[in-house]
Amino acid sequence: MTAIFKRELKSYLTSMVGYLFIFFVLVLTGIYFSAYQLSGGYSKFETTLSALTFVFLIGVPILSMRVLAEERKQKTDQLLLTAPVSVWDIVFGKYLALVAVFAIPVVIMCVYPLIMSKFGTISYDSAYTGILGFFLLGCANLAIGVFMSALTESQVIAAVLTFVFLFAFYMMNGISSFFSQTSMSTAVAFGLLIVAIAIIIYTMIKNVLISVVIGAVGEIALVIVYVVKSSIFQGGIQKVLNVFNLSGHYDNFTNGVFDVTGIVYFISVIAICLFLTMQSIQKRRWN
Amino acid sequence: MIEVSNLVKKYGNHTAVDHLSFQIEKGKIYGFLGPNGAGKSTTMNMITGYIASTEGKVMIDGHDILEEPEAAKKCIGYLPEMPPLYFDMTVLEYMKFAADLKKIPRNQKDKQIKEVMDMVKITDMKDRLIKNLSKGYRQRVGLAQAILGYPEVIILDEPTGGLDPKQIIEIRDLIKGLKQKHTVILSSHILSEVRAVCDYVLIISHGKLVASDTPDNLERLAAGSNSLLMKIKGEKDTIRKALETIEGVTGVEMSYDSDEKLWKTKLSIQENVDIREKVFYAMAKANCPIYEMQVKRVSLEDVFLELTEGEKKSAGKPESSQWKPVEDRSSEEEKTQEEKNGEPEKASDEKEGDQS
Ligand SMILES: Nc1ncnc2c1ncn2[C@@H]1O[C@H](COP(=O)(O)OP(=O)(O)OP(=O)(O)O)[C@@H](O)[C@H]1O
Ligand SMILES: [Mg+2]
Repeated sequence: MTAIFKRELKSYLTSMVGYLFIFFVLVLTGIYFSAYQLSGGYSKFETTLSALTFVFLIGVPILSMRVLAEERKQKTDQLLLTAPVSVWDIVFGKYLALVAVFAIPVVIMCVYPLIMSKFGTISYDSAYTGILGFFLLGCANLAIGVFMSALTESQVIAAVLTFVFLFAFYMMNGISSFFSQTSMSTAVAFGLLIVAIAIIIYTMIKNVLISVVIGAVGEIALVIVYVVKSSIFQGGIQKVLNVFNLSGHYDNFTNGVFDVTGIVYFISVIAICLFLTMQSIQKRRWN
Repeated sequence: MIEVSNLVKKYGNHTAVDHLSFQIEKGKIYGFLGPNGAGKSTTMNMITGYIASTEGKVMIDGHDILEEPEAAKKCIGYLPEMPPLYFDMTVLEYMKFAADLKKIPRNQKDKQIKEVMDMVKITDMKDRLIKNLSKGYRQRVGLAQAILGYPEVIILDEPTGGLDPKQIIEIRDLIKGLKQKHTVILSSHILSEVRAVCDYVLIISHGKLVASDTPDNLERLAAGSNSLLMKIKGEKDTIRKALETIEGVTGVEMSYDSDEKLWKTKLSIQENVDIREKVFYAMAKANCPIYEMQVKRVSLEDVFLELTEGEKKSAGKPESSQWKPVEDRSSEEEKTQEEKNGEPEKASDEKEGDQS
């Protein structure tokens, strides 16, 4: 793992991509810092941080797009997968290298609250809690980027996929408010979801009967639950979508709350994405 | 050392490797021989654990490649068809990375890297970026990576692909030298290479093993007997009768060449018997002048062509993948020999090219 981590980190820091990412994050931080803190006179560094989330929409796809896609394209994955290292070592080593690159601007960011303290009193606690949240959000986004990069051998497709998903998650507050909260609409949405799952199963196993049976059983169960106790569907769409609401969990941190569930949430997102990455690499070997 | 049993790889409906079984013993050089798309690379990718098999098992030094991948992979060095190189690294950086991947102890690392780089002669290039290397040198760097760590088995997929003749000879000598400490498996389309380098040949066609033996044995078995190709003027029956009476002749095949108005004749003869003189006198007695006479020994190339073509004809027919004794397959052999007999000159040309 350390071999892969070192190689990867070195390759980011000897090519444009790593510096581009670091530069991009720092420039935007600087712009917001001077706008909010220096000119605006806000005393909270968190205001800058909460405005900064969109840097990931562009920064993360650029940084993570090549991480696995390029290996596959150049067939260098043959070296890694036939060496005595596990797939987990490969995925985790690569992921840690991305985190290390991202940690560079975050460490530099830690200096800002110190600068601000020269001009007045600030709460270090909430400022560094905010930075921790920013770091966790970035790490979760990078994990999503790694997973997308494992799905394709084209860097461009990986970047676009990452952007689309990150954008959807970024907009999740807005998206979930589109849906009505009534139990009726939730039930309909779940009904459609079951149909979609049945279709996906059909494309995987190519068996009409089994897919139809699975779909029908799901729909019947849904109807029974709805008839018996419709209230549990209340606001169900929002609950489900909230799972994907990364920036929502981030907001707690920028409000100065040291949110343990938020930390658990981000670590879970990272773990799930890296697990899916491993699975997609394994699956390709078996196909 | 390596035990492959009933290996199958399916891509959708297409079976790339079809119930392949063989064993690899220590200290020998094995050659995978087969036409394009035969499944050589696919087999090697399964042995090295790059892809998983659909069915079957690969055991390396007692370790199942899918169940104990790390222990099994430790015993293998692999040079894939396309050398897996990072273009943004220098040769030395790449070698260090490969050494770390293979978990070579720190105190041996530099020494081993130096030895291996000297062995494949890339020491002069050590500070060059890999993307600036020529194809031949990239191949060498890939080879160095496979040898690094001195694994017990070294698997090389077309190690001389794309090299110039001088480099081919160098690399072949290098591979031969590896035999002392390692078991080597290589794949190739070049028969002379397999002939020159390998102790044992596995011929693969359409994912099946059609023959496996030493190059010498393969040639001997396929030949069964050597043959004599001739062009003779005269009546068919006279010629045939005269030839059949000669001691040592086991078969006569004739076809008419209407351009030259000569009978193209092929005599099958017992091994280690030279009957050219007898044939000359027999024909002289029968008043049939010989225009051309040529001794033809079956080369590995003939074996290869025959086996891989024969496979196509009998595709779909379930068949034992082992080498069949000559008697069983004489009919099939004769058929292909007859076809080849149509152009004896071409066949012999190829044979000579093979030997040189
Ligand atoms: N990833 C893949 N998906 C689908 N089919 C594949 C894949 N890889 C290989 N094949 C098919 O499997 C068969 C065997 O391929 P393989 O590369 O093993 O042949 P080979 O013997 O190495 O040929 P060559 O001498 O050209 O290198 C071919 O018919 C090929 O088209
Ligand atoms: Mg191949």
